[in-house]
Amino acid sequence: MKRIERMKILKNRPIASRIYELELEGDLVKEMKSPGQFVHLKAADGLDTTLRRPISICHIDREAGTFTMLYRTEGKGTQLLSRRQAGERLDVLGPLGTGFPVEGFSHQTRCLLIGGGIGVPPLYELARQLTARGHKVTTVIGFRSAEDVFYEDAFRELGYVYVATEDGSRGTKGFVTDVIDRHISEWDRYFTCGPRPMLRAVEARLGPDGWVSLEERMGCGVGACLACVCDEKNGSGYRKVCTDGPVFRAEEVVV
Amino acid sequence: MTDMRVSLPGLEMKNPVMPASGCFGFGKEYSEFYDLSRLGAICVKAVTPEMRKGNPTPRVAETGGGMLNAIGLQNPGLSHVMEDELIWLQQFDVPVIVNIAGNTPDDYCRVASAVSDLPNVSAVELNISCPNVKEGGIAFGTDPVIARELTEKVKQVCSVPVYVKLSPNVTDIVSIARAVEAGGADGLSMINTLLGMRIDLNTGRPVLANGSGGLSGAAIKPVAVRMIHAVSQEVSIPIIGMGGVTCAEDALELILAGASAVAVGTQNFADPFACPSIIDGLTETVKRYNVNAISELTGRSWRTSDRQILTAR
Repeated sequence: MKRIERMKILKNRPIASRIYELELEGDLVKEMKSPGQFVHLKAADGLDTTLRRPISICHIDREAGTFTMLYRTEGKGTQLLSRRQAGERLDVLGPLGTGFPVEGFSHQTRCLLIGGGIGVPPLYELARQLTARGHKVTTVIGFRSAEDVFYEDAFRELGYVYVATEDGSRGTKGFVTDVIDRHISEWDRYFTCGPRPMLRAVEARLGPDGWVSLEERMGCGVGACLACVCDEKNGSGYRKVCTDGPVFRAEEVVV
Repeated sequence: MTDMRVSLPGLEMKNPVMPASGCFGFGKEYSEFYDLSRLGAICVKAVTPEMRKGNPTPRVAETGGGMLNAIGLQNPGLSHVMEDELIWLQQFDVPVIVNIAGNTPDDYCRVASAVSDLPNVSAVELNISCPNVKEGGIAFGTDPVIARELTEKVKQVCSVPVYVKLSPNVTDIVSIARAVEAGGADGLSMINTLLGMRIDLNTGRPVLANGSGGLSGAAIKPVAVRMIHAVSQEVSIPIIGMGGVTCAEDALELILAGASAVAVGTQNFADPFACPSIIDGLTETVKRYNVNAISELTGRSWRTSDRQILTAR
């Protein structure tokens, strides 16, 4: 049976412009395995928010019984969440969804991870799990400006990292695709998460042999309400982002 | 111990609580949280004769005390629902209500006739109040003559009791309720969502791809209470009440207004355990009242013979 846990907040602090790092402790961590999965949480108790907020899992520490999420304050829910304090409890449903694959790749597969903005966090747990299995990880992460950059050093511990900023204040000036055009020639599989225009541009360059993680406004988060759907590529129907995804094979869905 | 059972046309319910159509799929997702046999009944998502893809995304947007949705009746179509979803639900000891939608009266009749032949389908609910589709839906629910004719047609072909789900987006809901009662409806479900819209300040465009959507959640409960209060005094068929129920106290409020049973919608999204916790809460809350059965509380807000303080014990 699926369940909900009131998990303990260990840390909830800003690490970049409007980006917060939230660490929680509890039993649900034992069920967290696949990178790219998300949790659906209540930003505040009571009726301040009607819907839960889906936030991707960034780092699982099973030994410590904790996990970390990164979120950007955008609307009411994330604003409320940013005011929650260490020691308080947070109502968490999860882990939910289908994440990135980490098994079944040949020895020392060259993995290219491409993230944009608040799409970067799930790639961190992915990078950890891929390197733990002996694969080679190269990460390309894009942000608007230097003040928005986060986890650059954390990714560097796991492989080579390229940073792109739109205004050129850090790393390559431009988009992740500019980095790919200039620096990336050899890779076996790619994994990407970020805003739709970025995903489209990445897929246009790198083709169907990769995985994309989609973001969509969600209702229930468990596949019942049909709020978060995306088009299948072969034209016939919809897939559910919350349960069939959020990670799909690039050839499977229309980004 | 107060008797929590309620008996409605076609529905012998262990308790008065069911999930509302569209907020519970066909039950599979929530069966991973608890045993669906605990529910008083299950009302499944709207079924149309053919598969429907629904509206483009975004399909939901949160609002103060509620949310807007414009799913657009996405469903796998009649034959898939018959061969898969409804068969799967047979494993649970719970009456099933099938919500039905379509573009034409023939669409409604075709689905009603087919699903009412299944052994575990106890009733159908005519969705004449969906605000998010271009044809059918709300168009059948805003004109008393059309609503009555549709009810009559479905009654002729349907072998189980027919509930009609009313829209609050009308000037006089009592006239619609009276019309469908005259058309042979066995019960009413009310209320469906209220039409609403949100505009994104960054883009200057509506948040929902459909533009407008249906407002649900805690914010609409007073509207539901008022309409159930008005309609229940004017018809003699039972009402399944819904609209903004988040807790046992809310469910009780709808019952006191005139509902015989209560459906829980949006709250399932905030809390997947909403239905069982409301059932448990209701069993406790009702003890405060001087009644042997919860059914005695239906319409107590307007029944003139019951002027005494309700919580006498």
